Order: sequence, then structure tokens, then C-alpha cells
Amino acid sequence: MDSLLPVEDRGGPAQPLLLARGLRKHFPVGGGLLGRGRKVVRAVDDLTLSVAKGETLGVVGESGCGKSTVARLLIRLLKPDRGTMVLDGDPVDEPHGITVNELRRQVQMVFQDSYASLNPRLTIAETLAFAPKAHGLPAAEARVRVRDLLAKVGLEPDTYAERYPHELSGGQRQRVNIARALALRPRLVILDEAVSALDKSVEAQVLNMLVDLKTELSLTYLFISHDLNVVQYLSDRVLVMYLGKIVELGPVEAIYGQPQHPYTQALLSARPSMDPRKRTKEAPIQGDPPNPIDPPSGCRFRTRCPFAEDVCARVEPPLTETGRQAVACHMRIAGSGHSKAAA
Amino acid sequence: MSNLLEVRDLHVAFVTPDRTVHAVNGVSFDLRRGETLGILGESGSGKSVTLRSILRLHPEHRTRWSGSIRVEGDEVLDMGPRALGDLRGQRVAMIFQEPATAFDPVFTIGHQIAETVQRHAGKSEADAYKRARELLEMVRIPSPAQRLKAYPHEMSGGMRQRAMIALALSCNPSLLLADEPTTALDATVQIQVLLLIRELQREFDLGVIFVTHDIGVAVEVSDRIGVMYAGKIVELAGVEQMVDAPQHPYSRGLLASTVHDGMRGQRLEAIPGAPPDLGEVPTGCSFAPRCKFVRPDCVAAPPDLRATGQSHLVRCVLAA
Amino acid sequence: MTLQSPSLELGAPLVQPIATAGGRSYWQSVRRRLRRDPVTLICGGVLILLVASALFAPWLGLDDPYKTSMLRRLYPLGSPGHLLGTDELGRDMLSRLIYGGRLSLFMGVTPVVCALLIGGLLGITAGFLGGRVNMLIMRIMDVFYAFPSVLLAISLSGAMGAGAENTLLSLTLVFIPPVCRVSESVTTQVRGFDFVDAARASGAGMLNIVRVHVLGNVLGPILVYATSLISVAIILAAGLSFLGLGVKPPEPEWGLMLNTLRQAIYVNPVLAALPGVMIFITSICFNLMSDGLRAAMDVKA
Repeated sequence: MDSLLPVEDRGGPAQPLLLARGLRKHFPVGGGLLGRGRKVVRAVDDLTLSVAKGETLGVVGESGCGKSTVARLLIRLLKPDRGTMVLDGDPVDEPHGITVNELRRQVQMVFQDSYASLNPRLTIAETLAFAPKAHGLPAAEARVRVRDLLAKVGLEPDTYAERYPHELSGGQRQRVNIARALALRPRLVILDEAVSALDKSVEAQVLNMLVDLKTELSLTYLFISHDLNVVQYLSDRVLVMYLGKIVELGPVEAIYGQPQHPYTQALLSARPSMDPRKRTKEAPIQGDPPNPIDPPSGCRFRTRCPFAEDVCARVEPPLTETGRQAVACHMRIAGSGHSKAAA
Repeated sequence: MSNLLEVRDLHVAFVTPDRTVHAVNGVSFDLRRGETLGILGESGSGKSVTLRSILRLHPEHRTRWSGSIRVEGDEVLDMGPRALGDLRGQRVAMIFQEPATAFDPVFTIGHQIAETVQRHAGKSEADAYKRARELLEMVRIPSPAQRLKAYPHEMSGGMRQRAMIALALSCNPSLLLADEPTTALDATVQIQVLLLIRELQREFDLGVIFVTHDIGVAVEVSDRIGVMYAGKIVELAGVEQMVDAPQHPYSRGLLASTVHDGMRGQRLEAIPGAPPDLGEVPTGCSFAPRCKFVRPDCVAAPPDLRATGQSHLVRCVLAA
Repeated sequence: MTLQSPSLELGAPLVQPIATAGGRSYWQSVRRRLRRDPVTLICGGVLILLVASALFAPWLGLDDPYKTSMLRRLYPLGSPGHLLGTDELGRDMLSRLIYGGRLSLFMGVTPVVCALLIGGLLGITAGFLGGRVNMLIMRIMDVFYAFPSVLLAISLSGAMGAGAENTLLSLTLVFIPPVCRVSESVTTQVRGFDFVDAARASGAGMLNIVRVHVLGNVLGPILVYATSLISVAIILAAGLSFLGLGVKPPEPEWGLMLNTLRQAIYVNPVLAALPGVMIFITSICFNLMSDGLRAAMDVKA
């Protein structure tokens, strides 16, 4: 037993573990003598999401959609321009709530296995011990926890503790990344493209491990990925992002079974076919994901949407409940003025 | 119909003072015009090294190779610099994973394509630019006339990849080598590029070798699929046979562990362990340490590629 | 007690790390590569010899470097009792060169060390904090950087007056901007790596993060750059002394000796060139060592 105990549950199962409201993050782009650029990357705009205790919320989208920015906002590696966050009932970074440091005890992140996800100058043990020691755990207890963590992720402690990152394969490094995220016994783990850089056979191993760890440690996951198949496999609910906004949100069966937003439909059909007799005949949409610097007015997807009409350019569709899921599309909002909408 | 490409018993090793990496350990296959061969493998399988060997793109002083690579009957491994210069870009073209680094950032796209056309086809500058514009149209780049004057960094990833395809096809090659060209692209762009490659292949009757680690991508573009592991082809079959009835334990493991529709709720069948260190020449079957069906004769000697049915080759003692 | 995770794929062989003998750290592999590089070893040897001779000069049984003799002026090389001849005031050249080495090396290394401490600190701070702090520090550095180092050194020395201490001060000031710039650049790069973000996300304090994660990764490149500056410093110090702005006679210092031996060029050119040869050897050795260090550190362990 050590002194750095996991944080207790407050508020019970009905209270969302994490609730983020109206998050906004814009990045200035170059130019200007004092760094005051004229252009702005609108990475995340007025985003509201909630993560229920014990669920896996999947976040999908292509480059420029802002999903990585969302991850960094939720763990406060970036400070939002606007918006609030509430963790299990406690407001974050506000006078009567918890501090950002306390947030980080409960919310951790697994990074993509890039060559720079682990400090090349530190041994695995030193990397894993860093966070607990920074929170006051004595060295001897930290050593025990490191061994415990390595065993949990399937790496034999005696073999791996004193190794350096360059001596490990991609899959092994990613296990270390996961162990590092678990070092503070968090409640919510944000996985930002955590399996994207891995070979498929290794990806399967790591996915199995993530599922086991979730049950064993009562974790909640926010799983961000561009790989729709993996998101479908892991998630309970799925959130689809496009250019800094949520376009569709709902239970995984609803999103994958009856996608309502044209972008979601396009994403799903863009997956390569696994059946050579049923090859894709036509690309679901043309063109590239646009630049988040100057997003289109109104509905941001309208420039690639085959059903775009006047109202789409004038009015931004709000995220609206339609049965099992929520969609931000005029076609699904009654009385919006779109020809395909209900009157 | 004679073969466009014949590779026989290719061995490629990289020698450094510290160690020797045996990247390719005996690869053989053929390719005809109008056919796409998908090479499927994970990192360290030797798929990219095989591809690059066809154009001899490896640093000469560090590379040791043996075997034979014949393009339209000519032996690539014997070619001198002049012959190689004619081969590259003109008879055989290649597209890469990262289009940003394939283009020179200080010249416009139009300039780079026109330059290639001028060099290989000997056309005048005006004609070369005209041809460049035709090529950009062919790869479905919108507003091709303006794009001729664009710099690589001004284009999106998908657009750059299309421009790279245009560059590759500028001199009417008969063989196109594609090294994971869609891996770095978003899903909606990836499918567009895959369809484009399929269409261009039909139109120009190209032979295409498409290297990828993604089974879905391989299935979309290939007529035949070769699965590589630890520097060898372990299975080679028509795409339908490979998907319906893979025979090598690695291929089966790969297909079983790839996440797709309808696997939700089931535990994934993961292949245990990791690919072998290529520092030593394999003595037995390279996959034996990870294989569910391993037997004593697997470790004794490396198995040969054997035919099991019509044009289905498997490198496993259990097959046939 | 350690917990066994069920995902250990029971029965399958445990994953093995990539084969490298033992946990060889980055610095160990750098050392190993350095030891195998002949150029670096030779230069290192020469420098050790030079530094040792400078340090132990009083105990080497040399002639008094200050003792002049009007009779024995400008003796050529190989004269009995004077291996390298005598200078224009009759002082033993060998002794002057070795004692001169003390001052020249000191004037070369000290400003770089000081600039390393000050410029390195400023650069790492600017790189890590980014934003306005970065802008403030780097724009100030840009102002100094705009001047060519030689001119800057001369004008600073000229303003402060001649003398060894002033030379050290002006050289330090000349070197702070480039060291700061390199440090800032490297730190900014490391700061962008995911493992630094992970360290921030773990809730550790800033100083802790810098100490554990940033320093280990930036000190290498900064050190390489600094060693290449030593040769510049030696040449600049010698140049300042040559111009009369540095060390004052009768102190032995290679640059000063070049100046005072100028008249001897017509009489005994080899003799007059000797201090220059020493400067050349020393700075080339530092340069080559710096190159070797960079090459050894370049490969990802």
C-alpha cells in the first residue's frame, strides 16, 4: 500500500465524470510584429461534451477537425479561450472547485507512439516514476509502483525497468505510454491516437489490453482516433467532429447503423472494403478536408456536402436531438428551411 | 504474355559496423502489365526494401544484394548509371508515402513535372508545361492551370499526392511502384486516391506494385496479394482466395486480428510476440516463435514456397 | 504485490526487447563512439598535452619567461639551451610559449564557460517559457547578434580599456547571444516533444520538468556548440592582444607575442610564426573535437 491513493468517486454513477461546456480554442497564425496575426485557426469552437462514468466515448474526425486540441484542452495542456469544465461535480480552475493539478491526478493522457513520446535519456523506470514522485510519493514506494505498472501492461519488470526507449519496439513503447498514464491511478484516460502508429497485429494486443485494464481499474476512456473500425470496436458512444464542431453524437450502434449526418455517412463509406467482390465504386465525397483557418460560414461542412442549400450558408445548424442521436444538420431539423427537412 | 517484372530469389542486407540487417531473404514473384500486386506486411517485413530494390534506391556502399530483378527482360542489378537513369522515372516510376518530401519546396509543381518531361522525353519547355497541365487534369486536380504555378506547401496532402502521381506518370512508365502512398492521408482522401490509381492503371495498362500494411487498402486495389514476413513472402494468392481462405498462420492471424465491422464485443485474436530481429539469417521458419501450430520441423529448416491450388503459394509445412 | 494482467497472452513467449547489450544509456554510447573515432582521440590527446603543460608549467624546469637578455636576442630554433630560440627581448621561446598557453587557454575557455552559464540559462528559459518572455529575451539578443563578433569585441574592449579582465568580460558578452540563440532553439524543439507534454500533464512543477526532462536533452547540442566557440575565443583573445587591447606586456600570451615578434619576421620568420602555430593547433583541435562530439551524439542511440 502506498500513500498516493486514487481519488474517490463523488456524486454517484448518474453524474457525468467530465462535463465540458462551450470550449473554444483559437490559435493565432503568424504575422505581425508582436505576434498579433490577422489569421486565426479556429481549432475548437463552442464545444460541449460529457463523459459518463465507466463509458468509452469515441471521438472521430479527420485532420483539422480539432480532436487532438480537444484532448489537450481537457487535460489542460492548453488553456481554453472560453468554456468551463466540471469533473465529477467539481468545477475546474475556478474559485470553488479543484485546481488544474488536482484535475491531472484524475485525468491522464496516452500519447501516440511517436519517437518523442518517451524521454530518450531516461530509463523506463525513471519515466514511470516521474509523475508519482512529483506528487510526493517517496522513492521506495515509487519503485514498487513502477514494477506494478509494468506487470499490468504485460512487460516483465526485471527485463524492462532499466531499459531505454530506443531498445523497445513500437508496441512495447506504447505499453509504457499506457503505464505512464496509469501511474497516478487516474479515473479518466484520454487516448489520443494511442494505437494509430502500431502494426495491426500489435494493435490487436494493445486493444485487448486496454479493454482488460478498463475493467480491472474501473477506468473511463475518451478514445480519439481517425480509424473508424477501432472506434466502433471500443466505444459505447461516438462523437463525430468536423472543423472544430461536433456534427453527430450518439450510441455506437446508432452512429454506425443509421448515421444521420452526411459527413458521418461519407466517413463510414470511405472505409476500404474488406470484400474484394464489393469494392468501392465511387468516392463518397470529393476534395480535401478544408483548412480550419477560414471555416465556411453557416454549416462548416457545406462546401463538401452534396445536399447543401442556401440555408446551410446562412445559418449554422445546432446540435439537435433526433431520436437516438444528436445531429447538427439542417436536413434533420424540422422547420429549418432546408428542402429535405420536415416542415 | 511475357512478364513486365520478374524477381527471383532477391536477398538484400544492410551492413553497418554495428550489425548487419537481413531485410529481404529470398523474395520471388512476377508481375504482368495491367495487374496490381499488393504487398502486405508490417514494419520490418521487408516490403518497402523490396520495392526500393527494384529501382536500386538503397545506398550502394551499405547494401549487399543477390538474386535477379528483370524489368521487361533487363537485369536491374547489373545496370550501370546510364541505364538506371533511363529506368527510373521513365520505364518504372515510384510514388511515396510522404508527398511533402518528394517535391522540392522551392520550385512550383508545374516546374518539377515539366522538368521531368523535358529530361526524359526531350520536349521543349512549352510542350512540357502543356503536358504537365494534361497530367494534372488526368489526376483530377481542380483548376490545373493555376496549380501549375503552385508550390508544394500551398497544396493539401491529397492534392500533393495526386501531383506526385502525375509526376510519376509523366513519362509513360509501364510499371508503377507505390510505397504506402495513402497511409498518411485522411480516410475520405485515401479512398479518392485509391480509386484514382485503379482508374489510371486500367487506362494505361500499368503494372502496379502497391505496398501497404492495411488489409482493406490491399483488398481495394490488388488483383493478387503477397504477404511478407521477416523478409520473405509467406503467402501469395489472388485477392479473393487470400481473403476467403488464407492458409499461412501469419496471414490468418493478420486477418483475424484486423479490427472491422461486427467485431464489437469479441476479444481480438492477437498474434502474440513481436516480429523477429533481422540481425541474423533465419534458420527455421521465421514465424515459428509466434505460431500456434508450430511443430519440430518448423524450426529445423526454413520452409519453401509451395503451390496449394491454382496460383496460391504458401510458405508453411502445414500447407498442402 | 505485482498483479498479473490477463492480457499477457498466457503460453506465448514474453515479448523481448530489441537486442542491445544491457541498458546502454545514450551517454555511454556517445562515449563508446568517441573512443572509436581516431581524429577525436588525437585531438583530445594534443589538447590534454597542451593543458597539462600549461598547468604544470612552473614544475617543468623551464627558463624564466620574463628574464630578458639583450645579448641572446632572436636566437634561431635549435640553439643550445634554447630549443625554440629566443624572442626579441632574449626570452626563451619554449618557456614563453608554454607559459603563454596558460593565459591563452584561460582566455579562451573562461569566456565560453561564462557565456554558457549565462547564455544557456537565458536561452533555456526563453525556449521553455515561450511567448512574451521568449520574445523579450531573443529580441535583446538579436540586437547584440547584429554586430560581427570581432567588431563587437574590439569596441567593447576599446571602451573598457586594455587588460586581461576586460578582455574576459568583453568576450563573454560577445558569446552570450550565440549561445543563447542555440540554447533557445534546441529547448524549443525539445519542448515540443510529447514526453514534455506528458510531464506537464502529470502535474509536475516547471523546474522539475526542466531538470529531469529538458536539461538532459538540450545540454548535449549546447555543449557541442560551446566547444566550437572555444577556438573562436582563443583567436579573438589573441587578436585583441595583438591589437594592444588585451593582455599587456610583459605577460606571455600568444596573440601578444605575435605582435611583438612582428619585426622579427625579416630576421627569423619561423620564430615569428611560432605563437601563430600554437594558436592554430589549439583552435583546430577544439574544432575537430567539437565535430567529433557532434557526430558521436548525432546517431539516435
